Amino acid sequence: MSVQRNDWSLQRKGQIDQERHKERVREAIKKNLGSIVSNESIILSDGRRKVKVPIRSLDEYKFRFDYRKKKHVGTGDGNTKVGDIIGHEGQGVGHGPGGGDQPGSEYFEAEVDIDEIAKLIFEDLHLPYLEDKAKQAVQSKTTRFTEIRRAGIMANLDKRRSILENIKRHARATGRAELGRFKKEDLRYKTWEEEIKYESNAVVIAMMDISGSMGEFKKYIARSFYFWMVRFLKTKYDQVKIVFISHHTEAKEVPEQQFFTQGESGGTVVSSAYRLALDIIAERFPPRDWNIYPFHFSDGDNYYSDNDEAVRLADELTGTCNLFGYGEIGEEGASSYRRSSGALLSIFKDRLANQERFVGVRIDDKEDVYPALKEFFGKRGEEV
Amino acid sequence: MIDKEVKELEEATDQIWEIATSKLGLDPFPVHFEIVPATVMYEIGSYALPGRYSHWTFGKAYHRMKMMYDFGLSKIYEVVINSNPSYAFLLETNSPIQNKLVIAHVLGHVDFFKNNVYFSHTNRRMVDEAAMHARRMAEYEFEYGRKVVEEFLDAVLAIEEHVDPNFFIKKQPKDEGKKEKERKKRRVEGRYDDLMTEEELALRDPERAGDDRSRKPSLEVPEKDIVYFIMKNSPVLEDWQRDICAMIHEEMEYFIPQMQTKIINEGWASISHARIMREMDLSTNDYLEFAELHAGVVSPHKGQLNPYYLGYKIFEDIEKRWDNPSEEEREKFGRPGGEGREKMLEARETENDISFLRNYLTEELCEDMDLFVYELVDDEDWTITEKRWEKVRNQLVANMNNFGFPYIEVIDGDYDGNRELYLMHRYEGVELDMKYARKTLEYIYKLWGRDVHLETVVDEESLVMHYDGSEHDED
Repeated sequence: MSVQRNDWSLQRKGQIDQERHKERVREAIKKNLGSIVSNESIILSDGRRKVKVPIRSLDEYKFRFDYRKKKHVGTGDGNTKVGDIIGHEGQGVGHGPGGGDQPGSEYFEAEVDIDEIAKLIFEDLHLPYLEDKAKQAVQSKTTRFTEIRRAGIMANLDKRRSILENIKRHARATGRAELGRFKKEDLRYKTWEEEIKYESNAVVIAMMDISGSMGEFKKYIARSFYFWMVRFLKTKYDQVKIVFISHHTEAKEVPEQQFFTQGESGGTVVSSAYRLALDIIAERFPPRDWNIYPFHFSDGDNYYSDNDEAVRLADELTGTCNLFGYGEIGEEGASSYRRSSGALLSIFKDRLANQERFVGVRIDDKEDVYPALKEFFGKRGEEV
Repeated sequence: MIDKEVKELEEATDQIWEIATSKLGLDPFPVHFEIVPATVMYEIGSYALPGRYSHWTFGKAYHRMKMMYDFGLSKIYEVVINSNPSYAFLLETNSPIQNKLVIAHVLGHVDFFKNNVYFSHTNRRMVDEAAMHARRMAEYEFEYGRKVVEEFLDAVLAIEEHVDPNFFIKKQPKDEGKKEKERKKRRVEGRYDDLMTEEELALRDPERAGDDRSRKPSLEVPEKDIVYFIMKNSPVLEDWQRDICAMIHEEMEYFIPQMQTKIINEGWASISHARIMREMDLSTNDYLEFAELHAGVVSPHKGQLNPYYLGYKIFEDIEKRWDNPSEEEREKFGRPGGEGREKMLEARETENDISFLRNYLTEELCEDMDLFVYELVDDEDWTITEKRWEKVRNQLVANMNNFGFPYIEVIDGDYDGNRELYLMHRYEGVELDMKYARKTLEYIYKLWGRDVHLETVVDEESLVMHYDGSEHDED
C-alpha cells in the first residue's frame, strides 16, 4: 500500500486524442456541408461567431436496441403508479447525471466557427464575371508597414529582426550563435508606405416571391441562400449592399427584417419585381460603378399572362448585371415529379437570350442549398 | 497538496486497510494510490486503462468528461484499475474526507476484483499488456499510416462487445490437442502423399495451405464471438489487422466482467466504504461531510437507475436479513442470525448483476425503492406501465442480458457457398436500432470483405438485412 504524488505535467495523451477527434469533426463537417449550410443555428445565428451543429457521422455505430421500443426500469419517489407519465419523447426522462444513453445525446454536437465553415464552403466558390469597376469610387488612404531599413526612429524598431541580426553578427564573429551586446548596425526599423486603396462595390438585389404559395420552408430556403451569398460577396468586395424586394402581384422594396418574416398572400406577377429592380439599378446603382447580382426566389407559379413580360425583363437584367440568379423552390421533400410544366425555370431556360449570365436552379430540400450555391458561384465564363 | 497531507493520507490508508481486512473480512490486492490533477484523472477515466492505445473515440470521451468537470456538472472522485497490485487514482482537489471515503470505496472494488468469480480469468497485468498493445498499435500506425489504422479500428470497435464472456474456455489446450490429433490422423491416411503436388495436398488439407486468402472458414457455428470469428476466418484481413482484432479481443475479455457486475460491484464498494467509515474515528464535522457525500453517491436518480443506489440497498438488505432474520426466515430457512457479513461476502464472490438481482432483489426492496417499468406510449409519453415487483425485476434482469447489448451470432461463414457472412440476431422482444445496424453492417463488411447478412425481427416478422459493399437491401 502506498500513496504517491508524481509529476504528471507532461501527460498529454488525452489532449492528443482530443485533437484526433477534432480532426474527425472537421472532416465530418466537410462531408456534411450540405446539411450544415442550411442548419438553423447558423442561419439564425444573429452575429454569434460560434454555433453548435449536429454532426451525425461521428456516432460510434454499434448494434444496439431501439431505445424507443425498449422497456426501461427506473426508481420513483415512492408514490408512482401505473399510468404516470414521467417524461415526454424528445425531452428525455428525469434529470439525473447518468443520462448518457438517452436519445437526444444521439448525435454529436460540434461547436463550429461560422468563419471556418464559410472558408470551407467558399473554397469551391468563385465569383463569376467579377469586373474591376469603380476605380473612381471611394478612395481610402491606409498605412501599411512594408519595408525594413537600417535607419529609422526608435518607436518603429523591429525587435525580432534586430535580435536576429545581432545573433547573426555574433555567429559570424565568434562562431557561436548567441545573443550578445547590441551595436548600432544590428538595429532594424520598420517603415511604412501610404497606400491608396480602391474600393469596389457590389450590390445584391434580393427578390422574393411572397405570394400565397410561399410557405415557411420556402422562405427559410431563400433566407439560408442569401445568408451565405452575402457572406461570400463580402469576401470579394469591400462593400456589399443588399436591396430587398418582395413581391406578389406588386413589388415593394422592404427592410431586411420584413423581407424574411412577412406573411404571404395573393398571386404572383414576377415581372413586377424585375421592373422595380431595373428601376432601382438605374436610379442608385449605375452598372458602370457597381457589380450587380440580382437573385430571385420563387416557386415558379407565375401568372401565365405575365410570362412574356417576365422573360423580357429578365433578359434586360442579364444584360445589365454581372449575373442573374433564379431559384425555384419546391415543396419540402417533394422530388422532381411534382414540377409543374408551366414553372418559370423551364421557361427561362428555354427563352432567355443571354444564357451566359443566367443561372437557374431548383431547390426541393434544405440539402439542396449548398449545391445551389455551387451552381450560382461555380466556374463559368472567364474567371477574374 | 503538500507533503504533510500526503503523509496523512498514507496513515489514513493504513488505518482503512486495517479496518477493511480485519474487521470486515475484505481481502483486496495491495493498492497503489496516486494523487493526480483533474486532466490526468479524466484521461485515465476515459481510456479505462492508463497507457492504452490511441483512438479518437477516447479523445471524444475525454473531451466530454473534462467539459462536464469544467462546467461543474459532474466529477469523478476515483478511478481504480483491476490489476495486481491495483492502481487507484485520487483527484488532487479532493478534501481529506473525500479521499478517505474514496480510499475505502476503492478497497471495496479491489476486494471485488480479487474475489468475484467472474474476474477470476482476467489478466491481472493488464496495464502492462495494454501498454504493449499501445506500442504495437503505434508501430502499425507508423508502418501503414495513421488513417489506415484508425479506420480499421473504427470497424473493429463497432463490434467489440460481441465477444464471448466464456472465451477462456475456448482457450483450453484440449481444443488444440484434438485438432493436432486430427491432422496427424489425416496425414496417416495420405499414404500416397508423395505422389501429389503441393497444390493437390493443399486442397485436401486446408491447413497445409499457409496463404491467408485460401483460409477456409472453420465453420464452427453458431459463434457468439464475432470478433474472434472474423479474426480467425476473414478472407481479407492482413496479419497486422488480425493482430489488432486479437488485441481488442483481449482488452474486451478484460472489461467484460466489469460490464457484467456494474450494480453488484458498485454496491459492494459503497457498502464497504459506508461500513469502513463507520468504524473510523471521525470528528462530528468530518462525519457530517462524509454523510453528505455518501448520500450523494447512493441517492436514487428519479426516473433512472443509479447502480450505486440499487447495489447498496440490496447489500444493506442482505446484511439486515441475515443478521436479524424474521421469525419466518428463522423457521423456514433455518437462519440463526448474525450471518450478515458472511452472506454479503458470499454474494460478492459468486454473483454477477443478473444473479444478484434474481437472488436478492425482494418485493420489499422493489417497493421501498419504488421501482417501475416504463416505456414509450403512442410515440409520445414515457409512461409507467408495470409496478408488480416480479415483472419489474424480470424486466430489469432481461435488460442486463448480454450486458445490455443485442445477442448476435454468426450462423454461417460460408453463406451461399460464397464465403458470405450470415449473422443472426437472437430476438428477445426488443428491436434493433435499424440505422445503427445498417452502419455496423458496413463496418463488418470492411472486416469480412464479402456480403454480410443479418437476420432480425421487425414488427414481429423476420427480416434479413444485406449489405454488399455499396448498397443496403432488406427482405
